Amino acid sequence: MSLRNALIVYRKELTDSLRDRRTLISMVVVPILIMPVMSIGIGALMIEVVGKAQEEIPKVMILGGDRSPRALADLMALKGVQVVPSTGDYRQQISDKKIRAAVDLPSEFDKSLEDGRVEVVKIYNYAGDLKSGFAADKLETSLHDYSDHTVKQRLEAHKLPADLVTPFKVQKENVAPPEKVSGAAIGGFLPYFVIILCVTGAMYPAIDLTAGEKERGTIETILCSPVSRTHLVFGKFLMVLTAALCTAVLAIISMGVSFRAAKAWMASAIATGRGGADNPLNFSIGIKAIGAVFFMVLPLAVFFSATLLAIALFAKSYKEAQSYLSPLIILVVLPAIAGVLPGVELNAKLAMIPVLSTSLVCKEIVSGTFHWSYIGLIFLSSCIYAAAALFIAVKLFQREDVLFRT
Amino acid sequence: MIEAERLCKVFQDKKRGEVRAVTNVSFTCKPGQIYGLLGANGAGKTTTLRMLATILEPTDGTARVAGFDLVKDPESVRRNVGFLSTATALYGRLSAFEMVQYFARLYGMEDAAIEKRINELFTRLEMNEFRDRRCDKLSTGMKQKVSIARTLVHDPQVMIFDEPTVGLDVMAARTIVQFIRECRNHGKTVIFSTHVMSEVEKLCDHIGIIHGGRLLAEGTLADLRKESGQEDLEDIFVQLVEPYIPKETVAS
Repeated sequence: MSLRNALIVYRKELTDSLRDRRTLISMVVVPILIMPVMSIGIGALMIEVVGKAQEEIPKVMILGGDRSPRALADLMALKGVQVVPSTGDYRQQISDKKIRAAVDLPSEFDKSLEDGRVEVVKIYNYAGDLKSGFAADKLETSLHDYSDHTVKQRLEAHKLPADLVTPFKVQKENVAPPEKVSGAAIGGFLPYFVIILCVTGAMYPAIDLTAGEKERGTIETILCSPVSRTHLVFGKFLMVLTAALCTAVLAIISMGVSFRAAKAWMASAIATGRGGADNPLNFSIGIKAIGAVFFMVLPLAVFFSATLLAIALFAKSYKEAQSYLSPLIILVVLPAIAGVLPGVELNAKLAMIPVLSTSLVCKEIVSGTFHWSYIGLIFLSSCIYAAAALFIAVKLFQREDVLFRT
Repeated sequence: MIEAERLCKVFQDKKRGEVRAVTNVSFTCKPGQIYGLLGANGAGKTTTLRMLATILEPTDGTARVAGFDLVKDPESVRRNVGFLSTATALYGRLSAFEMVQYFARLYGMEDAAIEKRINELFTRLEMNEFRDRRCDKLSTGMKQKVSIARTLVHDPQVMIFDEPTVGLDVMAARTIVQFIRECRNHGKTVIFSTHVMSEVEKLCDHIGIIHGGRLLAEGTLADLRKESGQEDLEDIFVQLVEPYIPKETVAS
């Protein structure tokens, strides 16, 4: 028989699913809303936190420094920090965030400098705390300047040229266009989101069309119709795939729109002096790259749809299916995240791992690099995984012990 | 016409091992007749009927249903069979019309023919009032009518009913019983399973008593009365089944 029956099943499942609130939420509402909420939410939080941390004048403590008036005066003159009287419990105070950092000058530091003895100046800070980091940075910069100043004085005293200690200078120059630098970091998340949403979009229909049918008792009704089980599973599979791809497409569109909004918003925040100096969103991802990402995700969506369908079919009820599929989401999230991590580079072995390989190659594509051999290899391997998953799903639908599991 | 030849079904159960649900069941069911499969719960009625409807595949043996072998050509069998049971639920999010239309399409009917057939069925079964209402919003009686329309839409030669009246109130059960009778009057081959003696006495031309997956006796009610020397169907049933029930169960 032709595929006519598979298409009839598909058409019915589409109508049926579009009337299901749960499927609609996961397929349409979530992908449309998650991007603006995430980008605007996180963006606003970043501007808030970084802006506040930079605005705050941190309290710092200067320890020791007895009989070292010059060094002390230099530190006291430091702008942008507030020096508070020193106490013995500075470590505790930093931990309690009462002060942000402390600097420990050795005693008779001025004399040590005159005598040419090398002393250690310690800066105490709370690693990982943004505000403590800013305070420590300010202290460190000030001390470096003081050190440079001392070197200069010494050279002058010996009537030596200032460039004696600088035999050459090192200069870095970036050849990547500026938009690529941050693009690689942020754009890497694009395939990650598309992959994750592909799974979440497919999950509800996959359950509803299999375990859901068992639970509602419609499975026996459909099995006594003349549709073959292969066509039945094919029609259902097409519906789950539609949901997965619909979720992915909506997510990409929503991401594009909210990205533009966030970019404009960031620019205005910077113009008014809040937020960082550079707009981290000052890059763009071309239509070609988005198209390529979608193309790479296609076999993966087939793979997810077939796998979810097969697992959900095995379950007796909606709840059972959910408890099987929820851990699966983590199994997909982990390799997808690994692909976003900096330093994980594509190689022939990783190209064989589903999800991870797609996440990695899409990251490259988004930053403008097309490794055609890897793209081919990954597309092919994903297609093989997808075909295997679909084959298993079809086989499971032929098994009475799975269809009538009690 | 249904001709079952030594139908067997063996299930693999993790706890109980091999379960022989149906063993060597053979019978013939002719057009214009109602064949009643009478048995207690777990006797193998549902399994037998599911095999006839090609929902389950026989482990051994076969049957010719409407002239097609159900092992060799299950799809042709399905095209000529209407199957109704309490387990064959409706798609709640489809309307009554869409539900019947979906199955008609799967039977390979053309849209114009479907429209005509559904109009005819809906008028006959008095369903036009809730034609476009979603199935999950229908009452039990209305749902039964939709199921009946679903089994009739392709005008099958053979009708299989698996305990169709279980859990239904008197009125809904009456609709079903009337419907089964109508099927016979239209010359269809009808087989139905039940554990309700009165339904069998009222409806069946031919009776098969099944227990432990085996067909213990077969014939018209008159045949069964003659063979057993009992008048009441319940007494006939107990007399046949009793030797197969473990003693302690009977005593308790």
